[in-house]
Amino acid sequence: MTWETVIGLEVHVQLATASKLFSGSSTRFGAEPNTQANIYDLAMPGTLPVLNREALRMAIKFGLAIDAEIAMTSVFDRKNYFYPDLPKGYQTSQLDFPTVGKGSLTVTLEDGSSKTIGITRAHMEEDAGKSLHEDFHGQTGIDLNRAGTPLLEIVSEPEIRSADEAVAYLKKLHSLVRYLGISDADMSKGNMRCDANVSIRQAGDTEFGTRTEIKNINSFRFVEKAIHVEVERQIDILEDGGRIVQETRLYDSDRNETRSMRSKEVANDYRYFPEPDLLPITIDEAYIEAVRATLPELPDAKRERFMSEYKLSEYDALVLAAERETADFYEAVVAECGDAKLSANWVSVDLQAYLNQEEIDIDDSPVSPVQLGGLIKKIIDGTLSSKTAKTAFALMLAGEGDADTVINNNDLAQNSDMEANTNIVVSVLKNHPDQVEQYKSGNTKVISFFVGQVMKETKGKANPQQVNEILKDELSK
Amino acid sequence: MFELGIADLARGLEAGDFSSEELTSAYLARIKEKDSVLNSYITCCEEPALQQAKAADAARASGKATGLSGVPIAHKDIFCTDGIRTTCGSRMLETFIAPYNATVVEKFNQAGMVTLGKTNMDEFAMGSSNETSYFGAVHNPWDLERVPGGSSGGSAAAVAAHLAPGATATDTGGSIRQPAAFCGLTGLKPTYGRVSRWGMIAFASSLDQAGTMTRNAEDSALMLNIMAGHDAKDSTSIDIATEDYTANLDKPLDGLRIGIPKEHFAEGLKPEVEQKIREALTEFEKLGATIREISLPNNGLSVPAYYVIAPAEASANLSRYDGVRYGYRCDDPKDLEDMYKRSRSEGFGAEVKRRIMVGTYALSAGYYDAYYIKAQKIRRLIKNDFDKAFQEVDLIMGPTSPHTAFKIGAQNNDPVTMYLEDIYTIAVNLAGLPGISIPAGLVENLPVGLHIVGKSFAEAQLLNVAHKFQQQTDWHTHTPGI
Repeated sequence: MTWETVIGLEVHVQLATASKLFSGSSTRFGAEPNTQANIYDLAMPGTLPVLNREALRMAIKFGLAIDAEIAMTSVFDRKNYFYPDLPKGYQTSQLDFPTVGKGSLTVTLEDGSSKTIGITRAHMEEDAGKSLHEDFHGQTGIDLNRAGTPLLEIVSEPEIRSADEAVAYLKKLHSLVRYLGISDADMSKGNMRCDANVSIRQAGDTEFGTRTEIKNINSFRFVEKAIHVEVERQIDILEDGGRIVQETRLYDSDRNETRSMRSKEVANDYRYFPEPDLLPITIDEAYIEAVRATLPELPDAKRERFMSEYKLSEYDALVLAAERETADFYEAVVAECGDAKLSANWVSVDLQAYLNQEEIDIDDSPVSPVQLGGLIKKIIDGTLSSKTAKTAFALMLAGEGDADTVINNNDLAQNSDMEANTNIVVSVLKNHPDQVEQYKSGNTKVISFFVGQVMKETKGKANPQQVNEILKDELSK
Repeated sequence: MFELGIADLARGLEAGDFSSEELTSAYLARIKEKDSVLNSYITCCEEPALQQAKAADAARASGKATGLSGVPIAHKDIFCTDGIRTTCGSRMLETFIAPYNATVVEKFNQAGMVTLGKTNMDEFAMGSSNETSYFGAVHNPWDLERVPGGSSGGSAAAVAAHLAPGATATDTGGSIRQPAAFCGLTGLKPTYGRVSRWGMIAFASSLDQAGTMTRNAEDSALMLNIMAGHDAKDSTSIDIATEDYTANLDKPLDGLRIGIPKEHFAEGLKPEVEQKIREALTEFEKLGATIREISLPNNGLSVPAYYVIAPAEASANLSRYDGVRYGYRCDDPKDLEDMYKRSRSEGFGAEVKRRIMVGTYALSAGYYDAYYIKAQKIRRLIKNDFDKAFQEVDLIMGPTSPHTAFKIGAQNNDPVTMYLEDIYTIAVNLAGLPGISIPAGLVENLPVGLHIVGKSFAEAQLLNVAHKFQQQTDWHTHTPGI
């Protein structure tokens, strides 16, 4: 039997505002517990919410970037439930009239094909605090620093058909919100979180199967794994003649399995109703246009430009344009050295390999774009070979200085002295008459033997390109 | 001195007839002496009041006193006061001390006024008789066996018994106007959004509005001058300029068109009360007004609509009282659920729990459309009724309550009878309009209130009309003689 997977994702992105959605408290991550919770965040009696206009602007910015309908009037609602880290006993969210309506996101898949995934809506809501179960001798501590932090919940249509597509969608969202400057979207810090609605059906079916919701998956890799194990679980059940129960499940990354949350925790009637402490948000076209004017160049447009302006392959352009920081870094390298292709290779291969290995962001790269451009210039002018350039780059990454410094200190410059190199070539040829004979009888491959010999004589410093040219010259005499 | 209202006290302070400290001390002593029988105050603020009084006297001595500086007032215990406990009439907040002032309190403090204490009220403002207070029922100074009305019963009893020259109050469905009527006072509920709700403990957010409880319209205007205005901390407060509410108090009423809703003179209205209201209307005719009957056809739906919307909002507003961060927490909870259940069961009184349950039910899946949405539609119809009426008339008048103050305990057996107390006042909250109740006579030595409703932001007009009436009559000067 062939099963088709149907996935819809609900992604919570923490908006990068300085203060909370309805209060002036700071949203900074990692402060001492409860130092960033004011009387509103504590839900003290008589306190009232005031909308952070910056959060609204960011939500609209996102909406414009996914080409969505922006609501001229949107409404906050109260979502009622009791939990110790939810101080008001309700979360202020948007139910029927979200700020951002239908839009879409086009993702590029592994095989190079692209797919457009519909986005149902995106709405603003406030985050809850945190319950701390350690260090309280059997009691629970509450930290309300995060309570009231603005979130944008982005809900996709159930148009995702595999774990790979889900990851591609998430990565694209991640890239987009960072481009827009509206979120750090750091999954490890919880400022991008993902719930996945997963169901399966037989290929060709038009009806959806019963879905389960997998909560709080906190990395791209876990999204992929969680969906895989959940799909397998559902297939096993259906193929054994069972039935899928609509429920909320938690992904346990240690055991790589999903498991049911107690029904008590999820059987909530949230009793939504319009938040009477806030008036509906109304905006006009002029406001939307003002926000639109602040949109940066987005990943797709940047990729196109990289292909036309720098003549990059689609693949290189995709890789370099995926993250705004990488793209900015790349363009700064090109500006310094003038060689778009070499710059692309160095940024996307050599530098990226180092960053991956060290697990650091490109913004924290020990080699600046100007320094990397300087290194590439030394390749272009022949001072470095591709091999010595890698040596120089390793030294630069180790903090030994810029290209000039490491070349001088480590005697890395290759010898491009025409006369000296010609003399060496002539002597090598003289010492290997048999090989010269082979070359002349048509075995041109033997030229690499000569190059090797010259390099041996010069301890690898001779400019290999130049040596090649001299060899061809001399051998044709 | 106790016979003087706010305006007179301000004049006396300015003239040097007495100091604020003398005045405040006298009031504090009178509260100590008389309030044991009335129970109008939950908390008396002796020390801070005297400090405020001394500061006001010092300001006056250095020529910095303005307006009402040094005049003492009382605040309904629904307004948060920095450093002074705020109970909202509930066991839940019996020991709660806010680290902030309500905007209303802050404005009176800034104006140099003195806070005598925090007045008793129905628990979380839920009630029409002040009998639901955790701190005990308040007694009506006109007859100690009777209720003062509610929920601002403490403010009304205190001002009527001369335990304060004026007080703040709040009105969600009639909670200023009905106690004002029962205690022979002038009670103003401004337009929704005119006065900030910041720091005023929420009952029903879309209906709650702060106002004044005073002896006459002039005092009310003086207090409103301080209270009114936009507040960036309250998103529902309205950014329309305020005015000097005393400026037009004496404006002649020639040509004023008064509408009398026939629905307010129907079955249920006590004939003696109706007679007093009719007599009051005659006074307005003498002042140059014309009177015509109008209809508010959906008035009968206002109580049912209100008792869906207000409890629905309250059910969420009161969720924060969970025993986690402040307020009452039960002893030795065995787990989280036990803590929630017992803290809320023990911390809230019966009427509050009833309304939380009603509201929770009205918002539940499957009932939301039938109750909450329908009630909102009725609310719109009620607003339309008023809009239509105000095309023909300038003001609407009628009785504030169908009868005079009833006996303590008389209506405790049937919540619905109690809910019908506010039949003439509740529609005004649903429509967000300003309303005032002024004394219009006595029936068996109990006060009768005349209810006047205006268009949005017509507070100055309401006060003008009330003031003209009070110059023509002396009902507002009658006192219970406590």
